[in-house]
Amino acid sequence: MKAATDSPMSTENDRTKLARQFIEAIPHSRALGMSLDEIGDGVAIISMPYDTRFVGNPATGVIHGGAVSALMDTCGGAAVMSHGDAPVGTATIDLRIDYMRAATPGQRIRARAECYHVTRSVAFVRATALDDDDDNPVASATGAFTFQRAKGA
Amino acid sequence: MRKPEPVQVIKTRRDAALRGLVESVPYIQYLGVQFDRRGDELTAVLPYREDLIGNPLLPAIHGGVTAAFLEITSIIELTWSSQWADMEEGKLAGDALPPMPKTIDFTVDYLRTGLPRDAYARARVNRSGRRYASVHVEAWQDNHDRIFAQATGHFLMPTRDDG
Repeated sequence: MKAATDSPMSTENDRTKLARQFIEAIPHSRALGMSLDEIGDGVAIISMPYDTRFVGNPATGVIHGGAVSALMDTCGGAAVMSHGDAPVGTATIDLRIDYMRAATPGQRIRARAECYHVTRSVAFVRATALDDDDDNPVASATGAFTFQRAKGA
Repeated sequence: MRKPEPVQVIKTRRDAALRGLVESVPYIQYLGVQFDRRGDELTAVLPYREDLIGNPLLPAIHGGVTAAFLEITSIIELTWSSQWADMEEGKLAGDALPPMPKTIDFTVDYLRTGLPRDAYARARVNRSGRRYASVHVEAWQDNHDRIFAQATGHFLMPTRDDG
């Protein structure tokens, strides 16, 4: 992986700021109450509060897989945007989510995504979703995203 | 020979069963997904709303919304088709909701940008065993021929003694 420490501090801060603005301007991410906890160098951590509106199984109060997908997708896109090669845009090509267990009702869900490889036009991402139990992930995901470079870059 | 049931009785029973299923899930209500029914065939409808946007510049529907819409369509289709026989025989227990299948994995292909307008989806249960099921689902907007996203998911079927 390309180290972001090669670049001057200001550039890295600008990029982080840009990525944060990118996430916070997404209407649906705002609607789900997502907050960007950490970002930089191809890694993003985004979390989402427990909300009874997003329950998928009324018998158990467990959050719907679809809301977890939205979190994973946003987090994957954020990780791509924060990559050291400074893309100007990204879109999901495919995303696979494995649900290992039900998220515990009442707890925040936190996704960590890592953009572990990029080509000229494709970014590869791995992600994990956790609740308060750090040792037992709720879900994991792998995805491919488009990697749009600035013209001439 | 037994007299066939009046058509209105059949429609009322099926619509009530479908409504019970869809209205019991808060997240389906939150996204505003509705289901059209023709006989046993279901079409999911996602009416467009501004807060479903994921890219304000294009603008495009959020990939997570698309994934959620496809997953909801799959789960409802799976539950609907597995309870069909019981429903037709009047064996569904009153207000008690059928236990829902659990998603094992779900893989979404994004084929085109989701445009800022209504979306539709239909799921097909390719295999439904006693314990596991495999479902394929496709979503489109203006033209049914131009699928904008598709997904395949595997589900763990509820057992009779699951809550």
